[in-house]
Amino acid sequence: MCLAIPSRIVEREDLRAVVDVYGARREINLMLMPEEVGVGDYVLVHAGFAIQKVERDAARDALKVISSIIEEVSREDRNAAETQPVARSPRGRDAC
Amino acid sequence: MKETVARMRELMEKIDRPVRLMEVCGTHTVAIFRHGIRDLLPEGVLLLSGPGCPVCVTAVRDVDTAIAIAKSEGVVLTTFGDMMRVPGSGKSLFNAKAEGGDVRIVYSPLDALTFAEREKGKKVVFFATGFETTSPSVAGTIMEAERRGVENFFIYSVHKTVPPALKALLESGEVRVDGFILPGHVSTVIGTAPYGFLASQHGKPSVVTGFDAQDILSGIRMILEQLAAGAARIEIQYTRVVKPEGNPKAIAVLGECFEPEDAEWRGIGTIPLSGLKVREAFGHRDAAAVLRPEVRTENVRTACACGDVLKGVKIPTDCGLFGKACTPDRPVGPCMVSSEGSCAAYYKYKAIEGMKL
Repeated sequence: MCLAIPSRIVEREDLRAVVDVYGARREINLMLMPEEVGVGDYVLVHAGFAIQKVERDAARDALKVISSIIEEVSREDRNAAETQPVARSPRGRDAC
Repeated sequence: MKETVARMRELMEKIDRPVRLMEVCGTHTVAIFRHGIRDLLPEGVLLLSGPGCPVCVTAVRDVDTAIAIAKSEGVVLTTFGDMMRVPGSGKSLFNAKAEGGDVRIVYSPLDALTFAEREKGKKVVFFATGFETTSPSVAGTIMEAERRGVENFFIYSVHKTVPPALKALLESGEVRVDGFILPGHVSTVIGTAPYGFLASQHGKPSVVTGFDAQDILSGIRMILEQLAAGAARIEIQYTRVVKPEGNPKAIAVLGECFEPEDAEWRGIGTIPLSGLKVREAFGHRDAAAVLRPEVRTENVRTACACGDVLKGVKIPTDCGLFGKACTPDRPVGPCMVSSEGSCAAYYKYKAIEGMKL
């Protein structure tokens, strides 16, 4: 799925940044960003890359919706994992 | 939300005929069920799922090739987790792993690159699936591999692009669609220009739409407004994330690494210029060219209707296997494998919540 998750930048050095999403920290790459961003900004992150800047309020709203979809999908994936001995990860993608 | 629903009723009275809309993106399919959107729509609005599930459209031969790569000596195949159970002509990557193939799940192609840096003695291949939301990240990873000088990192690209698929659907004449709910995050990258032909050549109103309940209802209302007025334009409902020009930086990086090529879509066939091939300048990263995996793909014929479901010709419940021989636990086709596939979504909501389909 091509979901992209709004994430808050907490550290930045050149094209590398650390984001906070749902309390987890992940390193991301800013190479694809069309505009300058800094600590405190929200960016849409997909498969380890920031692909767009998102306004703070929009990001917070989107996080609520997206978490519900991810919950849905990962619950199904957990169910599938119970019947199939395979570790399934959610694609690091947020909607198409 | 109430006003939107009331306005949609008014518009449908004006339009005065059934309206068929296609949600292109698999995430929209899931969101539409999750928010119970069908229960809120006026009589006469039918939503069809489109080809926008990357897992579902990956061709049997491409899965077979990924398996052959995973089983090659000294090779590690890295992939997004959702490709693991997708059947090839006989087996899935999950089976290949059980038989000793080295397959690892990653969240980002950058994780695969970092893994390659650590495992210098192995050839590390990333199985690059997905649409334009994902392909720029893979292109960026190729750039990063060059910058860091990681020689043992390759990709096997089966990336696909959305607009050529919509063009092929309309030109096939098989499916009747009055308008398109266009993908939110693919459009974050490509913007609206590549969809122009939907309106200008085919007269289909189309709206780039977000993922919450109000977004989806508003997107549908905007399509109905155009239909009622006899207009056909490409509009953006999801303005807080999508700009008309998309992301020029991502488009540039994508174009530097990849060029369009014909690609096979599962159940649909070959669609001209709908795939992405690694450009010659980065040919040393192209696993298909460097490793030349030997693949024997057998034609498997089942009664699976995934192809027609992906084209919007059938809905999942029209398939004879649906819910009987084919369930999420024992999927026959990829639309039942992916949690974003239409069949899996229909199965879940039909079976569990008895929701209006």
